[in-house]
Amino acid sequence: MKDEAAFAPAAARRSGWSPFSRDHRDVAISYLLLSLVAVAVGTLLSVVMRLHLAWPDVKLPFWGVIKPEDYLALVTMHGTMMIFFVLTTAPQNGFGNLVLPAQVGAREMAFPAINLASFWTTFAAFTVLISAFFVRGGAPISGWTSYPPFSAIASTGPGQGLGMDLWLASIALFCIGSSMAAVNMLTTVVRRRCAGMTMGRMPLTVWAWFVSALSTLLAFSVLFAALVMLFCDRHCGTSFFVPASEIVNGQLLARRGDGSPLLWLHLFWFFGHPEVYIAILPGMGLASMLVMNFTRRRLPSYRGMIATTILIGLLGFMVWGHHMFVSGMNPYASTAFALTTMAIALPSSATVLAWLGTLARGGLRRNGGDIPAAMLFTLGFISFFVSGGLTGPVLAQPNLDAYLHNTFFVVAHFHLIMGMAAVFGLFAATHYWFPFFNGRLMNERLGRWHFWLTLVSAYLAFFPMHFAGMAGEPRHFSQLTGSLGTFAHLIPLHRWISAWAFVLAAAQMLFLTNVFHSLKQGSPAGSNPWAATTLEWLPPALGEIPAVHCSPDEYGVRHAGRDFKGQWEPPPEQE
Amino acid sequence: MPLTVTRTPVEVERKEPGFGGRPPMDRRPTGGGGDGENWENRPPGRRGPRELLGRYRLGLFFALAGDMMFFVAIISAFFVRQTTGHIDARNQYILDWHPLSIPPILWLNTAVILLSSVTMEMARRQMFRENDVLEEWLGLGRPTMRRAVPWLVITSVLGSVFLGGQWIAWKQLQTEGIFFASNPASHFFYLITGAHGLHLLIGIFAMVGAFWALYAAKRLEIRQIAVDCSAWYWHTMGLFWIFLFGMLVYFQ
Amino acid sequence: MTLLAGAPSSWWMPANGAAHGAAFDHEMVLSLVIVGVLMIIAKAILVASALSPARERAAERPVNFFGLGTLIVLTVVFAWLLIRAERMRAQQRFTGADPTAMQVEVVGEQFVWYFRYPGPDATFGTTRPELVDAAAGNPLGLDRRDSRAADDRVTSELVLPVDREVDVRLRSLDVIHGFFIPGMRVKQNALPGSTLHIHFTPDLIGEYPIVCSQVCGLGHYRMQAQLRVVNEADFEHWLTGRAK
Repeated sequence: MKDEAAFAPAAARRSGWSPFSRDHRDVAISYLLLSLVAVAVGTLLSVVMRLHLAWPDVKLPFWGVIKPEDYLALVTMHGTMMIFFVLTTAPQNGFGNLVLPAQVGAREMAFPAINLASFWTTFAAFTVLISAFFVRGGAPISGWTSYPPFSAIASTGPGQGLGMDLWLASIALFCIGSSMAAVNMLTTVVRRRCAGMTMGRMPLTVWAWFVSALSTLLAFSVLFAALVMLFCDRHCGTSFFVPASEIVNGQLLARRGDGSPLLWLHLFWFFGHPEVYIAILPGMGLASMLVMNFTRRRLPSYRGMIATTILIGLLGFMVWGHHMFVSGMNPYASTAFALTTMAIALPSSATVLAWLGTLARGGLRRNGGDIPAAMLFTLGFISFFVSGGLTGPVLAQPNLDAYLHNTFFVVAHFHLIMGMAAVFGLFAATHYWFPFFNGRLMNERLGRWHFWLTLVSAYLAFFPMHFAGMAGEPRHFSQLTGSLGTFAHLIPLHRWISAWAFVLAAAQMLFLTNVFHSLKQGSPAGSNPWAATTLEWLPPALGEIPAVHCSPDEYGVRHAGRDFKGQWEPPPEQE
Repeated sequence: MPLTVTRTPVEVERKEPGFGGRPPMDRRPTGGGGDGENWENRPPGRRGPRELLGRYRLGLFFALAGDMMFFVAIISAFFVRQTTGHIDARNQYILDWHPLSIPPILWLNTAVILLSSVTMEMARRQMFRENDVLEEWLGLGRPTMRRAVPWLVITSVLGSVFLGGQWIAWKQLQTEGIFFASNPASHFFYLITGAHGLHLLIGIFAMVGAFWALYAAKRLEIRQIAVDCSAWYWHTMGLFWIFLFGMLVYFQ
Repeated sequence: MTLLAGAPSSWWMPANGAAHGAAFDHEMVLSLVIVGVLMIIAKAILVASALSPARERAAERPVNFFGLGTLIVLTVVFAWLLIRAERMRAQQRFTGADPTAMQVEVVGEQFVWYFRYPGPDATFGTTRPELVDAAAGNPLGLDRRDSRAADDRVTSELVLPVDREVDVRLRSLDVIHGFFIPGMRVKQNALPGSTLHIHFTPDLIGEYPIVCSQVCGLGHYRMQAQLRVVNEADFEHWLTGRAK
């Protein structure tokens, strides 16, 4: 394009960063830093939540006792921040922007200016969201799903006035930012691949980003439409979601036209379900690549893995009704959705089977050494993915869901798979691509400590939530004591959970220390420290991006005295 | 392992044309791959005069696909709302949809937007006339701009007329006492026409951007892209309008 | 006289008091056992692979039996679970309540559950939103001009006779609430603007907490009521005013 400078992989390892630069690496770091701030805030919110649930009478310094509206605001904002600003942003826009161009052999993303604009839009969304804490009435309390009429009528609770409007504005901005980033990513994958990089030879991480970007584009627009309609209900007196007469706080609120809250549920969950696949697919793609990389073996079928990625993305759009089994939806519809939900268990299982099959022959320890932290986190990813994912077929059964819906069983399910598996994917990505971004390795010992502490405390914190759910405890209860105290006997369980949640939160300091310490003090890595085949590890001696001749799964082959063949290597001299 | 990569151009015999007029996979120099149109396997930046245009068109296509989902969501809500009543507390089925008769000026507006698509297409084609492009490459002025600007002006005017007409339609409804919140059908009428109108306004801004690019951009490709993408966006909004209008007229 | 049979007192589902509950519990345990076994197998493979010693040669193919065969087995297992689940669901939801079922209306409002019995005329009286006035003793807005409303009885606890199917009309006055009786294995969201129906048959005398399972505001955690399942005679006494 503009400048004819040859692609130099070492450019990825230059230091310095500017949030105003259009370079894909700088935009990626901006996104990752934003996610880091978001995850810190989100974790802090959850720590306060857990403190209150387990010890309801504790007074916070400067704040006092946590009132029910405070608790619900914490829950709402925790969910919103984590799902949108951490899990939708970091795996896709953060690591995607950092690595995707190199992995497809492009010098830059397709539209760098739009890339930068998408970051700043997301940043603006974050700022608007945070501001909801500081306005009159505080942050909204209707949960990240903000079902109307609760979210449509300001008098239903504190924070449902200006706080809710700010939430709407923030998520609307986020929709726009994400869509821009998705357009960028899709165009890059389709148009900026280097010579020889067929779609079938793209790394599985690129396929995951591609399918995620496609899902983002289609799903977020639907959310945007729902947000627009909710805004109209709130401020223009329309009745898309609000029934004709509502009695709130003793006041009769009449509207012309009888809306249905069920419409919001359909629209929201049509977005909401693909959203969670957007969050997990990049982690799955990375797990596939790292399993190959560290076992030095191919996966059973590369094309099969591509197929499962596409299938999961596609089927993800057909299962939204499983969030609505008890919502008042047509019962025949719940049969259809139960079928598609069980069906989506199959490509996911196929992927897990491929991983397990490749891992089962062992050999992760090379030369008597330890398993590298990146691989440990991949193992942890698979572990959490299995733990969280296998309660999916339980929840997919509508009759069982009639008991488990909106109980802590569901909280356990999605925290194990989104809270932990997706986050372990992020940890693995950080450890793996740190040398790509920086030329240095992260500290392995700190990484191992971080891994074990996080793994153990996360299981100890989240697994017992299944039992709270089995006992019937619903979500969003701001306390278990009180006049009826139906679930007060679960308080010891919640104290256990909270204690381990605090340990889990504290353990992340190890990760932060590792990252920031290794930035300057990490041991230098070679150009291909993991002996990987993908293009981002291109030897700097090669002057420009060569044409690609093979798939990235060329592990376990004998080639030039090594056991792998990089995608940049020329074809065998046959013809 | 060779430390350098030598690239020798390979002549491919075209005795057996492969799929789509390209040589079959095994007869391509490097075994296929790369960009869809790039069967000669050039690196990015070297794939011909349409490379940048293709990229921007594709980006626009994806963006419009997302935009289409936005309208699809509203349309599906529209259809669901028309047919979904509910059982009230007295076990009676209530359906409160009263179709709205659309103001007749919308027919005129539809004609205007169709005409504006025609003029926009005229403008777009002026940017790609071979002789003019050649002249521009040679540095002999900007004949494409000279040809395209009048058509763009006409399109902008027609677009503004359309928006004015939509505004008049709203005013007509309001004099009949039908406002945004009046009844479910009016909710959707105002929302659909409003959302589409907003998109068209964005299209007019895009055209303003195209004007600016025509005067300020130094590269012909950028000028072509500005007009071309504005044009495709405009056509898409026209197409969306046909569907939305058809639904409002015949499917309430 | 009342047994606290239904109160959740452990980390498991409370004792079941509904006719469909036994099959439900069986299905729940079966599903959990199946996924539990799969989980243990998967974890075992993970741990074994991590612990396996270092090797010199690594150029081996992945294990083949983790392939199509296992996937087919999983498909069959999931399909079997699904069919069982759908049969159960169909029984509960595809058909309405028996015409001779007892009718009760449940109305949720921030943050309280009201229950209305139609009385001897077995017909619910009309309610109007504008007549709702809890302070004046008319929380559901019964239209006193309607003769059918005269014998309606509004209570704040739900009392049901044992072994009689009940058809619950579920309504909400303001926001979406979740009507959840863990002991009866029953949950349904109450949608404002709609009247939804669910039916079940309590078959064990006892007390069962009713909780709200959809966040509805500040008082969501305390929007609870009590279901008392009593024998027929006690129910008649209670309904006609000579309550225990």
